[in-house]
Amino acid sequence: MILQIAILVVKILLLVGILLGGFAYLSLVERRLLGFFQLRLGPNRVGPEGLLQPIADAIKMMLKEDLMPLGADPWVFRMAPVIAGFAALSVDAVIPFGAPIHLFGQTITLDIANPDIGLLIAFALSSLGVYGLVLGGWASQNKYSLLGGIRATAQIISYELAMGLSVMGVLLMAHTANLEGIVLAQRAHGWFWLPQILPFLIYTTTAIAETNRTPFDLPEAESELVAGYHTEYSGMRFALFYVAEYINVITQCGLIVTLFFGGWLGPSFLPPIIWYFIKVGIGVFVFIWIRATLPRFRYDKLMSFGWKVLLPAAFVYFLGTAAFVSGVL
Amino acid sequence: MASETQVVNHKPEAGVSPSDTMVINIGPQHPATHGVLRVRLELDGERVVRAEPVIGYLHTGFEKSAETMTYQQCNTLTDRLDYLAPMTNNLAYVLAVEKLMGIEVPKRAQYIRVMFAELTRIASHLVWLGTHLMDMGAMSPFFYMLREREVILDLIEAASGVRMNPSYFRVGGIAYDLPEGFMNKLGDFLKDFPRWMKMYRNLFEDNPLISERLKGINVLSQEGCLAHSVTGPMLRGSGLALDLRRSAPYSSYEEFEFEVPTRSEGDSFARLWVRVDEMYQSAKILEQCLDKITPQGVYMTSDGKVALPPRDQIYGDMEALIHQFKLVTAGFPVPAGEVYQGVEGPRGEMGFYLVCDGGPRPYRWRARTPSFYNLQTLPVMCEDGLVADVIVAIGSVDIVLGDVDK
Repeated sequence: MILQIAILVVKILLLVGILLGGFAYLSLVERRLLGFFQLRLGPNRVGPEGLLQPIADAIKMMLKEDLMPLGADPWVFRMAPVIAGFAALSVDAVIPFGAPIHLFGQTITLDIANPDIGLLIAFALSSLGVYGLVLGGWASQNKYSLLGGIRATAQIISYELAMGLSVMGVLLMAHTANLEGIVLAQRAHGWFWLPQILPFLIYTTTAIAETNRTPFDLPEAESELVAGYHTEYSGMRFALFYVAEYINVITQCGLIVTLFFGGWLGPSFLPPIIWYFIKVGIGVFVFIWIRATLPRFRYDKLMSFGWKVLLPAAFVYFLGTAAFVSGVL
Repeated sequence: MASETQVVNHKPEAGVSPSDTMVINIGPQHPATHGVLRVRLELDGERVVRAEPVIGYLHTGFEKSAETMTYQQCNTLTDRLDYLAPMTNNLAYVLAVEKLMGIEVPKRAQYIRVMFAELTRIASHLVWLGTHLMDMGAMSPFFYMLREREVILDLIEAASGVRMNPSYFRVGGIAYDLPEGFMNKLGDFLKDFPRWMKMYRNLFEDNPLISERLKGINVLSQEGCLAHSVTGPMLRGSGLALDLRRSAPYSSYEEFEFEVPTRSEGDSFARLWVRVDEMYQSAKILEQCLDKITPQGVYMTSDGKVALPPRDQIYGDMEALIHQFKLVTAGFPVPAGEVYQGVEGPRGEMGFYLVCDGGPRPYRWRARTPSFYNLQTLPVMCEDGLVADVIVAIGSVDIVLGDVDK
């Protein structure tokens, strides 16, 4: 019992460490990559190739004055970044990032929890993240932030349904909502991205919306709302929103890999955990690439796109998959 | 560790009755207002009820300062009005003075002026295209377009010595002759031009996100344009092919072949394409400059009243030295009278209205800057749009705040 708790604690610390380290270096990688896309160098002064930049950023963020507008709702204002950060970190608890390993005569699964409704929990937790944006925007008592918060709400109701529907096909094919089960099902049936190509594209699109990145960075929209929901935030609270955004990117790429690209599966010359992170890395690169390329949606266009294109498409494909799996077709 | 402090912020005042609309200020410090424009927006949700540009944050008082400067010195002020197109401002100003003085400018100098006016047009449109796309959220194109603009700035630097505020044109001609090999460099630039334009068009030509953001957005009718004295690409985007290079040619534009691109839709998309097509036409004019401009030749009028004496004479000839000294310190007198001269700048009609009292300094120096007039249409364009469209509208006016506030 003690051993199991110890293993769990170690796993949690390890995962949080990986995610926070991943966040720190993802922010560096993103800035360097954007630099390459945009004919500039990006941060390369602090340490070799800018490798110490995240540490410098962290020190700077911690030493910044932590301001709160007088008109702000103090509790909600303080809670909003915590909600965003918590939601982003907790989703990863159910995503398996490697095949079970054997250590000290124990079988250790490489996830924090392995519930049968893992996929639902992942969705529920990641949807919570938007409360951070909405509440932060509302509590700031700033008009730009308020508009950012409203946009976040408008955005979430336009893509979440399509997002949920697009993975239903995967559930039908895997016969389980357990994320480890979905990975194992892909070992038997082949990776799901090919038979579920349309849901895969829909899910990727909505995942970008979930992470609030270009072309769906409406709540932030630098050129319109200055910084949207986090205009009034500074110091570590501001940093927490950033932590949430980047960890959401890692998480969403993890979910895409798990649902459509066979999770940790891969040829045996590399350990499964390495395969998982390679796939996630490719996903993250694509996210950054998209950010460097595309302009922003207008929010009413995003809503009609979500409701009139993504949702019907996901629904029709879901019906098709259901008919196929049940043997009607 | 930082401690938490509270700052006094705009707390809602007691006694103010709540209304259905919200007033929000875009600017004067805002990433998408291209300087210090402030737009007072009245919003109903995200729908714009009223948009009102508030200007004057960059007021520099150039028109008043000019009254204390000699005619040649005023030229440097024109650079700083519309700093993205200094050469066309120079051109409008020197043409106005020359018109009043009746100075004949050598053909070669006129062609060189045309060449630089068109180069700045391309440079200015490049900056506009990059920032316009950036306002819509596409971050990368801006950097590509600045790279190509740098090539043009290198050409300007080669001729005038500086990148941004060249003051290269002088009353009576241009300041210095073209450096050796300049036309070859221009030829190289023109060879590359279609290749990189193709690259940029790939970024926005068939991009549904761009056309969704621009098509049918911020529509301006031709009548509305004329009522607001709108000129330049905005007017041509609303269907009226008015181009001063064609309708009132100056500096030998009548000898060049080019088309005046127009579109009838009057929306932001039309304005985008008018400007992009204009860049091609400018390149076409530059091609003709390659044939017309001889590597050597006169570049300044021989009229000793305005032209500085040649350098080698100054060191040996007493008269020339005195002449140089007088021209530089006291300036040259311009006959009493009034004159207006407009040219087709990248943003529209750039004109100067001068009242001269016969002395070496203007009595009144008035700049008709296109952005100032074009910006008036902002309330019309933004009404009933969304906040996102306001940003597009500001971008599609192509304002330069130095040009608006003067």
